[in-house]
Amino acid sequence: MKNSEKQLLIKKHSPHSNIVKNFLISFVFGGLICGVGECLFLLYKSLTGDTELSSLLVTLTLIFIASILTGIGVFDRIAKHAGAGTLVPVTGFANAVVSEAMDSQSEGYVLGVGAKIFTVAGPVILFGTACGVVYGIIYFLLSFFGAV
Amino acid sequence: MENILLSILLAFIGGGILASAAQILIDLTKLTPARILVSYVCLGVLLYAVGLYDPLLKIFGSGVSVPLIGFGASIGRGVMESVRDEGAIGILKGGISAASAGITLSLVLGLCASVVFKSKPKKM
Repeated sequence: MKNSEKQLLIKKHSPHSNIVKNFLISFVFGGLICGVGECLFLLYKSLTGDTELSSLLVTLTLIFIASILTGIGVFDRIAKHAGAGTLVPVTGFANAVVSEAMDSQSEGYVLGVGAKIFTVAGPVILFGTACGVVYGIIYFLLSFFGAV
Repeated sequence: MENILLSILLAFIGGGILASAAQILIDLTKLTPARILVSYVCLGVLLYAVGLYDPLLKIFGSGVSVPLIGFGASIGRGVMESVRDEGAIGILKGGISAASAGITLSLVLGLCASVVFKSKPKKM
């Protein structure tokens, strides 16, 4: 192998170029999923006329699609390339729930699926709820003293 | 028509920024994907609490509501509305009820998937 080729190879596999590549790919995938979400939102909004309901339906649709794709094994193949692009949208949450459930099936339904399904969902729900409670207490006190 | 394209483009940009920010955190720090998800949900609650979420939502639309930040923000909104309407009990009731549809659908689909699909052994 020539020196220049070697250098090229080193450059190709150096963490720096990987970071740039990962950045771009995750940007495109994250953007695409949210773009699809926006299309769905506009569609639902024109059908229902309700912003909040439409937003919820978008989330549910994406969860549904991500779960099906996880079930048939397509999601993981996309996620392998997309990195945080598929993780950060609500698709990542759905994928984590469904894949943990599928992987733990052999351990039984109660302590296998039932417990492991919360491996990622549990922390998300726990800390989300805890933050909500802290905010609720602050908001309650502020409104109690007439600040909001 | 232009408005539609613009809102899709803004959603693309918003979602892209949030996803690539997470990717950089994963690559440069020891943050695991699960920790990223937890931080984004908490960030969503925080953004809602300080009043930054709604302006961002107005600009980026699904670009901020589809990422888990939107999940956190809906917890924040649920708590706020519940406290406003029902008083202190809302602190406990608002959060999970706001996020209930997404959580329930994920869990039920997860259960269905574990019955229907066989998990393939991971290729080494």
